[in-house]
Amino acid sequence: MANAADPPKDSFRLSMLVYDTRYRSITIQIVALFLFMGAAAWLVDNTIQNLRTLGKDFNFSFLWSRAGYDINQRLVEYTNDSSHGRAMLVGLLNTLLLAFISCVTATIVGVLAGVARLSKNWIVARLMTIYVEAFRNIPLLLWIVVFFAVMTESMPAPSAFRGDDPAASMLLFDTVAVTNRGVYVPEPLFYRSLGDIDLGIFLVSLDLIAIVAALVQGFYVNRAIVGRATRIQEATGIRPTTWWQSILALFGPVIAVLVALGFHLGYPELKGFNFTGGTHLRNSLIALWAALTIYTGAFIAENVRAGILAISRGQTEAAFALGMRPGRTMSLVILPQALRVIIPPLISQYLNITKNTSLALAVGYMDLRSTLDGITINQTGRELEGMLLMMLIYLLISLTISAAMNVYNRSVKLKER
Amino acid sequence: MKKSVFLGTLTAAGLAAGVVGAATLDDVKARGELNCGVSTGLVGFAAPDANGVWSGFDVAVCRAVAAAALGDPMAVKFVPTTGQTRFTALASGEVDMLARNTTWTFSRDVDLKFTFLGVNYYDGQGFMIRKDMGVTSAKELDGATVCIQTGTTTELNLADFFKVNGMSYEPVPIETNAEAQQQYLAGACDVYTTDASGLAATRATFADPENHAILPEIVSKEPLGPLVRHGDDQWADIVRWTLNALIAAEEYGVTSANIEELAKGTNNPEINRLLGTEGDLGAMLGLDAEWAKRAIMAGGNYGEIFAANIGEATPIGLARGLNAQWTQGGLIYSPPFR
Amino acid sequence: MAQEYSYVRTEMLPEQEPPSNAVGALVWVRENLFSGPLNTILTLASLAAVWWILSHLSGWFLNSVWQAGSLAECREILDGATGACFAVITDRWEQLLYGFYPSDAYWRPNLALLLMLVALAPVLFPGVPRKLFWFSAIYPALAFWLLWGGSIWPPLVVLAAFPLGFIAYRLVEPINGILATLAALAAPILWWFLLAGPVGGVLAGILPGTLEPVASDLFGGFMLSIIIGVTGIALSLPLGILLALGRQSDLIFLKTICVGFIEFIRGVPLITLLFTASLLLNYFLPPGTNFDIILRVVIMVTFFAAAYMAEVIRGGLAALPRGQYEAADALGLDYWKAQRLIILPQALKISIPGIVNTFIGLFKDTTLVVFIGLLDPIGLSNAIRATTEWNGVYWELFVFIGLCFFIFCFGMSRYSMYLERRLKTDHR
Repeated sequence: MANAADPPKDSFRLSMLVYDTRYRSITIQIVALFLFMGAAAWLVDNTIQNLRTLGKDFNFSFLWSRAGYDINQRLVEYTNDSSHGRAMLVGLLNTLLLAFISCVTATIVGVLAGVARLSKNWIVARLMTIYVEAFRNIPLLLWIVVFFAVMTESMPAPSAFRGDDPAASMLLFDTVAVTNRGVYVPEPLFYRSLGDIDLGIFLVSLDLIAIVAALVQGFYVNRAIVGRATRIQEATGIRPTTWWQSILALFGPVIAVLVALGFHLGYPELKGFNFTGGTHLRNSLIALWAALTIYTGAFIAENVRAGILAISRGQTEAAFALGMRPGRTMSLVILPQALRVIIPPLISQYLNITKNTSLALAVGYMDLRSTLDGITINQTGRELEGMLLMMLIYLLISLTISAAMNVYNRSVKLKER
Repeated sequence: MKKSVFLGTLTAAGLAAGVVGAATLDDVKARGELNCGVSTGLVGFAAPDANGVWSGFDVAVCRAVAAAALGDPMAVKFVPTTGQTRFTALASGEVDMLARNTTWTFSRDVDLKFTFLGVNYYDGQGFMIRKDMGVTSAKELDGATVCIQTGTTTELNLADFFKVNGMSYEPVPIETNAEAQQQYLAGACDVYTTDASGLAATRATFADPENHAILPEIVSKEPLGPLVRHGDDQWADIVRWTLNALIAAEEYGVTSANIEELAKGTNNPEINRLLGTEGDLGAMLGLDAEWAKRAIMAGGNYGEIFAANIGEATPIGLARGLNAQWTQGGLIYSPPFR
Repeated sequence: MAQEYSYVRTEMLPEQEPPSNAVGALVWVRENLFSGPLNTILTLASLAAVWWILSHLSGWFLNSVWQAGSLAECREILDGATGACFAVITDRWEQLLYGFYPSDAYWRPNLALLLMLVALAPVLFPGVPRKLFWFSAIYPALAFWLLWGGSIWPPLVVLAAFPLGFIAYRLVEPINGILATLAALAAPILWWFLLAGPVGGVLAGILPGTLEPVASDLFGGFMLSIIIGVTGIALSLPLGILLALGRQSDLIFLKTICVGFIEFIRGVPLITLLFTASLLLNYFLPPGTNFDIILRVVIMVTFFAAAYMAEVIRGGLAALPRGQYEAADALGLDYWKAQRLIILPQALKISIPGIVNTFIGLFKDTTLVVFIGLLDPIGLSNAIRATTEWNGVYWELFVFIGLCFFIFCFGMSRYSMYLERRLKTDHR
């Protein structure tokens, strides 16, 4: 047989851009690139034109001008003389605070409900099913306004606490006041406070730093104690009693620091129109917190249940065969494995919580949207800048959370060999 | 094909769309409807009834403008706006004008690029409180919880008032008047603050108005009036002079009852120019001669509108006070029609 | 051959009852409710909680007043007793369902809803004749006409562009594949911009088919939620499929755009997108464009749902065995044919439960339109409370709205579970 001729070397023809698979993908991408850039240019051009028609410009200098309005809940120093940018920061911190505490409580509620839903106790399992279905199928916004209405309509006004024979009284030995303006709880105070240090934007309490430092130190000492006990156990087979050492290591330093700082509680007291002293958890915060916790908790419960059901029955049986009690089986065998299935959807629930905090609008909680995108853009008329800035901030938060999720996913991935 | 589904949606959108250009009057005429921004519901000023028909003091201004520009006082689409959304709604062209208890301030006029077209109600910020609280002056409000509607000048005035008097307060920000009212009635705040007229209107809807007092302090000047976007002077003139026509009509004694008769011609040249039987003021505005006549017929003159919606005979029961004609010792004053 | 012995039984003994200490209600109770100290505590606590809730609510429900003109009247009838005032529902239920839609035209949204079920039938249930797909295709135009009124022709004419594009494709295809695609895109656009208006006018002249027009600001209540939810999902499906395919594609640039879009939309709260619709869209569009707020909301909701839909469909695509892709390649199908004939039908089928769940989420999220001034059920509950008669009514309205949402969403979620089970048996 004669040598098979090489396929003829085609010179490049224009039509190959479309028909030749080697070039087609490039062609498509270039067309797409042009379309995309065209669309983007169109949008930007429209915006510029519209801004010019309205006689506005695009700049963020309003963030440095005086805000002039007050914010009721502020985690950092803020007065109405502060700037709009500062107001934005206050709002952002309120958003993050709400998101954080909701994530924590929603996880607790969700895990408990998810486990309880699989309980062998008939009535508990049924109740949890009702809870999960009721909360999953009714809009979050409705729950928020319901909880808010419960707080404002059903709780006594501060004036009901007044007088010799008050209509309402404080709870827990007169330390907690539940009113229709929110809940007043005792606040931690120090006789010999160390003061604050100024970090430029934040004031950080040195007391807090001291306590955290004591906690961390105690944690490490405890780890050393437990590690030593384990080594002794491995060497001799007898585990020394360490529980009192652990307690001492964990709590001793903290208590010492608290005593040194002169720790005491400041109790709420009825003065004038309102309670003063203590920490004021406002209605709006409580309503949002409760609604986000219970609503998201129902979703997390489903994730937890699915995660537990995903673990093969054999694992439970094996644990029973080893003589483990059901509780220990759950905590030592099932849950650690189920976590791998549970955590990714759990983190997307955290993402949802963070985004859903923007519903604060319904109850007047001063979150990022209410400050930056509410009052600020109203006073300054910078809706374009304000909205873009807010979207950017939310996007950054979301991307940070998903990045954390990806890192976690990689770390717990089943190591397959 | 799938992409064209999406494009199709957009195009269908385009087909269904009206178009707002620089000439607002042309757009309004082409649309056959005036888009008027009003509040989300403040009895007496702007509120829908059970059938969704709007009425009130601010609504009457919209209807008069629609009557002048389109010939039909009912050709108005009312867009409810909150304190927060009103300016963006106007700036974006969603509404042609705003008649919504909006205070005329320097920065709104100059910096937010709006044109205020006069004042239809001179107001000031006040405080409402339960009588049994035993407070008689706003200076005694130290430490009080105050309900405020957000996105208004109110919260800035409030901050200033408490600061000047060295008092502290707890603001409870709220979106709409209805919610603020509920919060106040439930006792979630001690005081409700907004424009005094708004307080009176709100109090009128209570089951027990006699148990609530409006404190004597008026802490700010709140000239309320309609406004439009910068940049379309013809449209601004139409709205401005429609409002002036209502005011002038009261001054000259033109009412919805006698207007037909007066429109046949009188010996007062001012009235004749107003009603279009003399001169061509309408044409200068780009409207026909009878524009002001239609505007006045829509709801009567300024005094009639006031009396019918918020006057002393209504549950809201506001006295004319500052809002009387200048001839009666008030501030309401229209430039001459000539 | 088995021998018979007298001491070997030839027949089975009948099954005996379980011993009496292992059956009966008491035993069930002991096993399920009181099997240990912890369980006993849990049971007692649950019973206490149930009792507490029931005892507080039963009086309220049992004493309810259904006929009264205002809250004050209600309280008079109750005369100091605790009781619900469901009279607000009997008085205003039409408003909660339809908003301010003219009451003599309620048959129109009702009919539209009924026809929607007919149009959805071929998608939802396997046994329905395929011919009904034709009805599903013209349903959007029909629904638009029924709801907004006016002449029937404009929506039909707009919709006619799609068969036109298809015909153009078929006509040009024999000549050149690329040209055919271009023709399929160009024909509808030309149709919309040049011919649709006049043709619609002519047709309307021949046969008016006009309904009383209804303005968008009269729409409200559950009708509005359903309109936004259903159109959002219907429109987001094709867009979501494209995004999912784009995200899976090898074309780096396309992939980047799709990933960017999906992550952006999923990263910001829906409420910011709605505010964009109501406040900012006018900045981004050519000066002077201004269209209906419901339409703007639907566009934004579509983008929002499309991003989530894309993730659901991506899950479906990823769940398909690799062999399916390879088989399609081996048959020599090009990309679109492979997607259309092999990949998507299977991937979509797997994704249906996810799509239904996205829909439930979107339906619940339609309540957020209250923030931009549309009157969804929650917005209407505020409006009802703002009137003098019903000032102070909370729980009755919340119960009604919650119940409606619950019935709808719970029904959908059960349907999605039924689908999941049905599809599972198909698949394994």
